[in-house]
Amino acid sequence: MQNGESIPLNAIPKLDFFHFKAALTEGVAKGSRIAGLWAVPSGYEYTLFSALLDPASRTLEVLSSTVEKTYPSLTPDLPCVHWFERDLAERLGMIPQGHPWLKPIRFYRGEAGKVEFFRVEGEEIHEVAVGPVHAGVIEPGHFRFQCQGERVIHLEISLGYQHRGVERALMGGPHRRSIHYAETLAGDTTIGHGTAYATLIEGLSGRKPSLYAEWVRAIALELERLANHIGDIGALSGDIGFLPTQSYCGRIRGDVLNLTALLCGNRFGRNLVRPGGVRYRIEQERLDTLRKRLKQIEEDTSSAIELFFETPSVRSRLEGTGVVPAATAKELGLVGLAARASGVPTDARRDVPWGYYRTQAPSLSVHSTGDCFARAYVRWMEIQESFRFLFLITESIPEESSGEDALLPGDLGSTHLPLDPESFCIALTEGWRGEIVHLAATNQEGKFAWYRVFDPSFHNWFGLAYAMREGEISDFPLCNKSFNLSYCGHDL
Amino acid sequence: MFTTPLLSILKARTKQGYRTLGYPKGSPPPLSDRFLGRPVLLPGPCPDDCSRCVDSCPVDALAMRDKRLQLDMGLCLFCGACIEACPRGTIQFSQEFRLAAKDRESLVIRQAVSPVVALPAREETEAETAGILQRTSRQESQVVLLATDISKKFKRSFRLRQVSAGGCNACEADCNVLSTLAWDMGRFGIQFVASPRHADGILVTGPVTENMQIALEKTYKAVPSPKVVIAVGSCAIGGGPYKDHPEQNNGVNTFLPVDLYIPGCPPHPLTILEGLLRFLGRI
Repeated sequence: MQNGESIPLNAIPKLDFFHFKAALTEGVAKGSRIAGLWAVPSGYEYTLFSALLDPASRTLEVLSSTVEKTYPSLTPDLPCVHWFERDLAERLGMIPQGHPWLKPIRFYRGEAGKVEFFRVEGEEIHEVAVGPVHAGVIEPGHFRFQCQGERVIHLEISLGYQHRGVERALMGGPHRRSIHYAETLAGDTTIGHGTAYATLIEGLSGRKPSLYAEWVRAIALELERLANHIGDIGALSGDIGFLPTQSYCGRIRGDVLNLTALLCGNRFGRNLVRPGGVRYRIEQERLDTLRKRLKQIEEDTSSAIELFFETPSVRSRLEGTGVVPAATAKELGLVGLAARASGVPTDARRDVPWGYYRTQAPSLSVHSTGDCFARAYVRWMEIQESFRFLFLITESIPEESSGEDALLPGDLGSTHLPLDPESFCIALTEGWRGEIVHLAATNQEGKFAWYRVFDPSFHNWFGLAYAMREGEISDFPLCNKSFNLSYCGHDL
Repeated sequence: MFTTPLLSILKARTKQGYRTLGYPKGSPPPLSDRFLGRPVLLPGPCPDDCSRCVDSCPVDALAMRDKRLQLDMGLCLFCGACIEACPRGTIQFSQEFRLAAKDRESLVIRQAVSPVVALPAREETEAETAGILQRTSRQESQVVLLATDISKKFKRSFRLRQVSAGGCNACEADCNVLSTLAWDMGRFGIQFVASPRHADGILVTGPVTENMQIALEKTYKAVPSPKVVIAVGSCAIGGGPYKDHPEQNNGVNTFLPVDLYIPGCPPHPLTILEGLLRFLGRI
């Protein structure tokens, strides 16, 4: 199926577990990625679903299989589903037999962090515990390091502190709050998640947005990417102790956020994307202002970031730190810029384009070294590409197909769009961190029977843990910033 | 071309210039014309049978009490759903960014009831609305003193431990931005610090998830007295979009005495900075 396409729920192929597993392993061997693995209880059994993304054919394949509570784990053959199976075990009490360690990932019943951590024993081994409250102004999570001297043998990341019950609350929807859940799944990715949610509703309701609306969304999504990437390079610079770029990028990030506010009044793009369209128009005058300010921002950014990369002490701190080789990135199923920095060419804007990206997409930014340098450099490449893309698509306003389609009418809760009953839809967008997946099925009344969200952080947290192996504990801030993953997007 | 790092640094420094805001001595930075600031309720009464705005609000920030409409800024997501829902244009949002309040009750805006029985249709009220909005934007009476005996003690040096307890990273980001050189709240002696032991108070974002409750309480206890608690954003004030979810606690004042509320989803950095400065008695 296509990105954002809706199909009847019973049209999802049902395979026996043997063929289900074979389809997944063969698909991954041939270059597909597992965009999601989830299950729904049915009686005493469970229906296990998986979505395979095939970049070659630009399609998604959704499969299902009925399994019992205890079933043979897929993780030994497909390490990239290890986190998904931990989710199944925690959420539904399923027992994927053969999974190395089924620990909770979100702690739905409170008591986050109360878990047995992986421990390295030995005379010279010490343990370092960090969080949930961190030193900076950031979200909570717990990190447990097993170290020998400065050397980190193992890092375990325990999350769930941000769990606020979004998927549960979405069931029975859409209702007045649904779009606000989407926009705050990860507050720094409001447009990415908001667009994925809107695309899903549009698929299930058959109400396609106009090209104009898709154009506005694409502009906002690239601005979101710019703001976060620029901010991240500034933050990396701060962790290296190179203050000029930190100071400049911190400010420039705000300049980009103010451009998003120019579009919709909110610096994070709240209330811009709505199912069926967008809430604000970009008039010619506003577009001119946007381009003018973007030009100035581009100049400031180049000056700040070129300085960063041409400074030898900066490069030497980044190079070789926190390496994730390409093979490992593939095996772990990393997505987004972390994958691209390890030489894995994945980008939903090209692999399964949606909305405006079906007409044109930014080019892929890939680097091969998989270290902190690569994750910083891929950001810089993407910053330049987003600037180029934004200038290109803002040259003129696309012709509005018709007045009524362009803007969304008043109903913000989008409860006015009736959804097809007993249907399934999957919608992907490429947020600045990577691939965002929203998927849902409707019941007989056209309400959400279940809803799942996979933020890119869901795939990538383990990548950070891996990157720290054999590193020094002082590399952690740098590695952490180079991934800059979302806690709330993971914890939901 | 070969350049030495030092020359490049100086070159970039010249190019980037001096960009720290003039505020509060100078004027505040310009806000987007689409910015939604302090809500304004035009005089009622509203028709008895109309509850469209109340029904449209995703977080029940609007309510009708004794035939008067009231809007709780502490809960409000500033999404503007009510603006579009109201057929009479009764609810407007001004450009007023000064929203911070000392007590929870002051965040509730109540509709005045004018002798006029009903407002005319939307088109005719536009000019009138513009006038009211403009007056509201300059109404100093709404911007009350926030400084307390305790907060004044921190006037020249105020250190805060930020605790994110279920925040979506938007409030966190807009607090963080205050430390950048553009806002530079360090010039007022305000700083986020790494340890609660070094802090004069905590600044909480997020609705306080079940999973963060213990960590929040421990952090609060670790701050030496006298100490203050600041709730930033609709989540920390009343649960925000997650209000009444069993996974969270509807904000920080469920456990801790809150000294300052800064509403918004997320609040604009200017709203946060202005609230902090007013709290310290510096403006």
